[in-house]
Amino acid sequence: MTISKNNFFKIERGGINTTFQDGGRKNLSHIGIPISGAMDIRNYILSNALLKKNLNSAVIEFAYQGPLLKYYGDKIFVVITGNVKFQIIKNNNEIIEGEPYKVFLVQNHDQIDIQSTNKTVYGYLSISETFILNESWGSISTNTKAKIGSNNGEKLNNDQQIYIDHTNKNVSLTKLNFINSKIENIRVIKATNFDYFSKKAKDIFFNRGFKVTKLTDRMGMRLEGNNLENIVSSNIKSEGLIKGVVQVPSDGNPIIMLADHGTIGGYPKIANVISADFDKVAQLTPGSLIKFKEVSLKEAERLFQLYLLETKNIISQIL
Amino acid sequence: MIKNISNLGDAAVYCDFGEEVSKEINSNVIKYFENIRDRNLKGITNLAPSYNKLIVSYDLSLTNYSKVKKLIEKLEIKEKKEKDSKIVEIPVCCENNFNLDAKRLEETLNIKFEKLLEIFFNKEYFCYMTGFIAGMPFLGDLNKKLRIKRLVTPRVKVPKGSIGLTEQFCNIYTYESPGGWNIIGNTPLDVFDKDNQTRPMLINPGDKVKFNRINQEEYDNIKK
Repeated sequence: MTISKNNFFKIERGGINTTFQDGGRKNLSHIGIPISGAMDIRNYILSNALLKKNLNSAVIEFAYQGPLLKYYGDKIFVVITGNVKFQIIKNNNEIIEGEPYKVFLVQNHDQIDIQSTNKTVYGYLSISETFILNESWGSISTNTKAKIGSNNGEKLNNDQQIYIDHTNKNVSLTKLNFINSKIENIRVIKATNFDYFSKKAKDIFFNRGFKVTKLTDRMGMRLEGNNLENIVSSNIKSEGLIKGVVQVPSDGNPIIMLADHGTIGGYPKIANVISADFDKVAQLTPGSLIKFKEVSLKEAERLFQLYLLETKNIISQIL
Repeated sequence: MIKNISNLGDAAVYCDFGEEVSKEINSNVIKYFENIRDRNLKGITNLAPSYNKLIVSYDLSLTNYSKVKKLIEKLEIKEKKEKDSKIVEIPVCCENNFNLDAKRLEETLNIKFEKLLEIFFNKEYFCYMTGFIAGMPFLGDLNKKLRIKRLVTPRVKVPKGSIGLTEQFCNIYTYESPGGWNIIGNTPLDVFDKDNQTRPMLINPGDKVKFNRINQEEYDNIKK
């Protein structure tokens, strides 16, 4: 890749938690490095699909309030996915209201102002050209806790610049009529320590909701509301963790492991979110209610096939 | 050797090697881990070995639980040549600004901190696993007189290089992180090097670790 510094974004405002992400990194759990990667995988894939890019290309992920980016260089095309409110501020001060799932032209000195994600957490920005980024172990995904990945393991900060490898790609102004489905129940499979919990706790787990707390980030989501009584032991011998595990520490409040989770933990595992629902969990905002519904392994596998098929169908509807 | 195999969620196989923590059980876990890793099985995306469990994650769009379970059950475990289990020497300074939990340890274990250190440094430790944060080694077994529970309220930030004790184990915080282990000292070495992507870890599962006590001056010299 030629590192020309003619085409770049200047970060006028970094936003709350803006990072580079891709499909994540594999086979490093045993040395303590989690998978990372985009939190809402479907919206991530769609951002690349709309620009006819490799679906595993690097994008900018933002949470709540996104970045304000000023562009310098030859024209590019951008797409934003998620429930996102944003504007393109043209060089002549004309303001174009942003529409997610639609390709926009961005020219020299135009600004992209990503104001907020609406009732959700994460959104994605992909560009027709290629961000110039460093990989760590085969992935550019930034893990800010471990300081691993592109941008020196840091989130995007005010006043920095992001360089772009520009090959003058021609992109058609595609668009997609897509509405993110409403989040209802989060489906789970019982996990290895399910029977550490009292009958009452099991009932509560499946029949009452929990509140998503502010202690929620790319590592995990802490819930509260109904303490789950443990009748065996609130510590297990430390063992591996995976994305989607619901752990319950001694205070009885569940924690869901997300993309940047610690790879080893010593709290009992009550349940595991099914793969088909990872994107939905990631988009739950603090303060919202989460309700768990039990499904069997067979059902979870079927639901995941359905999820893949849906994604494929949505991509085929790109105009 | 695996006592029970079950699913963890819809994208991982949970291999249970038993309840106790021993080198024998752990070396079985490591044997399975290495055999699966070296075979590059289709769809496997992560392996998480620990004291007595092995979690095998897979890509649900490429394979599924019953297929991966069968692969593991049918796996011929090749015995590796006796590994040259290396001894890694780790210098540790236990002076005042590093021994964050000296007082708590003295009070809870009813032992003078100097005596505790004498017992601690007089032993080699075995690396059972690495993880939680990148490259953190879980080492054992501590002398019975040094076994203590985690802090009631974990620290939000444990300094990089801290040496912690809990139950029969000790560990090294490879970078600043939240944590609840009892801190006795600090090493000036970089135990995890993220810029060395082929061998990022100074200490690997199966290695032995010998801690050597150093003073503040020696610490500062190494740190330079």
